[in-house]
Amino acid sequence: MIRFEDVSVTYDGAAEPTVRGVDFEVPEGELVLLAGPSGVGKSTVLGAVGGLVPHFTGGTLRGRVTVAGRDTRTHKPRELADVVGTVGQDPLSHFVTDTVEDELAYGMESLGLAPDVMRRRVEETLDLLGLSDLRSRPIATLSGGQQQRVAIGSVLTPHPEVLVLDEPTSALDPAAAEEVLAVLQRLVHDLGTTVLMAEHRLERVIQYADQVVLLPAPGEAPLLGAPADVMAVSPVYPPVVDLGRLAGWSPLPLTIRDARRRAAPLRERLAGREIPDRTPSPSATLPAPPARRPVTSRWRRRRKHPETPPAPTPYAAEVRSLAVRRDRVQALRHVDLTVSPGETVALMGRNGAGKSTLLSALVGLVEPSAGSVRTGDAVPHRTAPRDLVRRVGLVPQEPRDLLYADTVAAECAAADRDAEAAPGTCRALLSDLLPGITDDTHPRDLSEGQRLTLALSVVLTARPPLLLLDEPTRGLDYAAKARLAGILRALAAEGHAIVLATHDVELAAELAHRVVLLAEGEVIADGPAADVVVASPSYAPQVAKVLAPRKWLTVAQVREALA
Amino acid sequence: MQPAEPAVPAGSRAAGAARVGAGGTLHAPASAPTPARHQRRGALHPGAWWLWALALGTAATRTTNPLLLALLVAVSAYVVVTRRPHAPWSRSYGAFVKLALAVLLVRLLFTTLLGSPIPGTHTLLTLPEVPLPDWAQGIRLGGRVTAEGLTFALYDAMKLATLLICVGAANALANPSRLLKSLPGALYEMGVAVVVALTFAPNLIADVHRLRAARRLRGRPDRGVRGLLQVGLPVLEGALERSVALAAAMDARGYGRTAQVPARVRRTTAALTLGGLLGVCAGTYGLLTAAGGTYGIPVLLAGVAAAVAGLWLGGRRTVRTRYRPDRWDARAWLVTASGATVAALLLLAAARDPAALHPGVIPLTAPTLPLWPAAAVLVGLLPAFVTPAPDPVSTKEPS
Repeated sequence: MIRFEDVSVTYDGAAEPTVRGVDFEVPEGELVLLAGPSGVGKSTVLGAVGGLVPHFTGGTLRGRVTVAGRDTRTHKPRELADVVGTVGQDPLSHFVTDTVEDELAYGMESLGLAPDVMRRRVEETLDLLGLSDLRSRPIATLSGGQQQRVAIGSVLTPHPEVLVLDEPTSALDPAAAEEVLAVLQRLVHDLGTTVLMAEHRLERVIQYADQVVLLPAPGEAPLLGAPADVMAVSPVYPPVVDLGRLAGWSPLPLTIRDARRRAAPLRERLAGREIPDRTPSPSATLPAPPARRPVTSRWRRRRKHPETPPAPTPYAAEVRSLAVRRDRVQALRHVDLTVSPGETVALMGRNGAGKSTLLSALVGLVEPSAGSVRTGDAVPHRTAPRDLVRRVGLVPQEPRDLLYADTVAAECAAADRDAEAAPGTCRALLSDLLPGITDDTHPRDLSEGQRLTLALSVVLTARPPLLLLDEPTRGLDYAAKARLAGILRALAAEGHAIVLATHDVELAAELAHRVVLLAEGEVIADGPAADVVVASPSYAPQVAKVLAPRKWLTVAQVREALA
Repeated sequence: MQPAEPAVPAGSRAAGAARVGAGGTLHAPASAPTPARHQRRGALHPGAWWLWALALGTAATRTTNPLLLALLVAVSAYVVVTRRPHAPWSRSYGAFVKLALAVLLVRLLFTTLLGSPIPGTHTLLTLPEVPLPDWAQGIRLGGRVTAEGLTFALYDAMKLATLLICVGAANALANPSRLLKSLPGALYEMGVAVVVALTFAPNLIADVHRLRAARRLRGRPDRGVRGLLQVGLPVLEGALERSVALAAAMDARGYGRTAQVPARVRRTTAALTLGGLLGVCAGTYGLLTAAGGTYGIPVLLAGVAAAVAGLWLGGRRTVRTRYRPDRWDARAWLVTASGATVAALLLLAAARDPAALHPGVIPLTAPTLPLWPAAAVLVGLLPAFVTPAPDPVSTKEPS
């Protein structure tokens, strides 16, 4: 169905081809997963299927790509629109119209299908994707998972033979991701649609793949094979494969079910061993207290008389019966949360549960409608930004929002000025966390992981005792994720309190001492990571599922116990 | 708050929902929504709302009676409140109301400062008058402020404010992009460009909010003009990137596919459109000059006809079809007719009883509510009863 014949792509101005020697064929009706570390050209390969590379992006494509017998050299993307449906990484930039139903119909309108056919297919697709309650909703008011389903639906309605998806589940919570994958599974099985997708979170998708195309490194020829064979040599692999490699299982298990069947001996070996303890070390001390400035805020100046020096709290953050309303929606209700220095807390919950709102309240971006928030000795929404950065730092979902300058050096200098830190503080932090970034690089040219680290260094320049991260692993490959986990663990050991809002159960299992589950703006579970995540099937990490009933969470723990 | 992820109905999941039927089409599960749900909710033709609102606006221009004008505003506000959909564009009503109030205030302020041509005897206050040179005769700065002058200005400003609020009502009730969809096929691509621009504005505003919040995270003040200026460049960069991504997505979804049209038809289209436009120009010129009284109208009509034919022929080049176009149904007629009735009756009333519709300011009298014109204005409430209610509130789900 899709055929790459010795394809290499060189973008304008690049010295080396981005991908080279791509030569494989995707048979009809298969779900093929494109895997590999960041920056190996996965998006380029996907773009070449729909003809967007090179017709839209520019650059030179050598070799030949054919889809359903049509050569992309002679067919523009719009002439392939009836056979290829493409969904990019950001569903929001995919939408042309403003309501769900119109969006589903848009592609068919362009192809000139008859009105009764369009009507039937829109209804079918609404039901297939579970969108019928949202049919007349403006797209801007939908949650991330709903938008992703609308984006998939909008390319499904013209009944393309090939579906190309770039990271379809990255932004979704585990339940929404499963929903989207179930839909893809159904398309492949029932309609014979050919699916080619790239995804970093292999633990979510590997069991659905019929074949895996692995791009091992930039400019290297891809490797095509059965998932188990490819995973045996792949530089990127999900925890279940890691466990399989550790235990020496062959062929490698890809699903929890396969792994459980063979895990009995391993469970026995582990039976007598202690699960490595991961409670925060009591020796952790807070970083040097932030320097107090004489006038802290406009508010305090105005109400000087009743001001008493706030009693020192043992918590880095303290939230008491917090309620927040945003745009007439009760985003949070009656939330209680305390975070101690040296503790790492993972906030989990489905898209729209209020995780980001809680983080925003902790940095004073939203005002509580009831209850109180304190970060150290400050009330965030009443503290001037200049003082607040020394108490709490947030790395937002899109780290790029924090970066303004043209070069890494300028960015670091600005961060030093903002935080009133000694010149060179930020740059030293960055070199510590991620060696090898040159001063004159443009932040835009960094990879996702590098950009995240730069934003993290900018935030850490002010040495805030409380560090917040919103969805830090979006778009990160396993190597970048492991590096981030190492950095955060070191920060926690230094005494930083860390709160991360994340959908990534493996990251939470790796890092968090405590997990707080949110649903509809309320805390529904709060406890040690092992207890909370193991209790819930959608939030349990793969290792916990394989080695249940004991609460092993990560491969690292198992490795340590066996050593 | 609604749950962020609606649960897929258990039936549709368990049934595996999709089964392959003839021709590879999907069959809806047995638990398909009831036919009533298939009606496009609140799907009154957007043109009908615009005609209704403009007719109310026309009625407002026929009177300066503050009670009648207030009644017109109340009627349009009632319809907006009960019938506007919960969509981003319908929030523009508030902006129009604020604009109308601003117009009112500015007009009163100017009357106070610059005086009014209306002679009056009830002096409210006397401002110090600025002496102006001779050549500025007829202009006055400061001086006496009379109750009559202010009342006259208030009535006059209310007329304009009501007109603005009526336009705001149309904006809130009719989805602008659906109105653009009613354009003829040849103008489709222009329509899409406008729709994309319309959806981009809210995204830009969201970007500005997000980036200003990010400034706060860097420890810089997030308020003030400087803060706004500094996020300008990143916002523009973001908008540019998003437009490139959108262009790619649109291309990949078949935007701009054209049908093969014989060269003869293409040439005829060009000739008809160009000729039509020339005809319209010449006809208008003829109408406006004294000499061309005889040929003006026929040339204009011929020009319009040729241009319309050109558009129609040009539409054959696009292969696209329309999904559920809005139909001009009985309700649309009713809504339009209710607006037209209000306008016509007020026109009639203005001709037959001008005194009631234009209460005098000299001498200063309290305006009275003329019964029959007031009853006529109430006809404008009809859309609140004949059009379907909007969907229940849909809230933004934070992500």
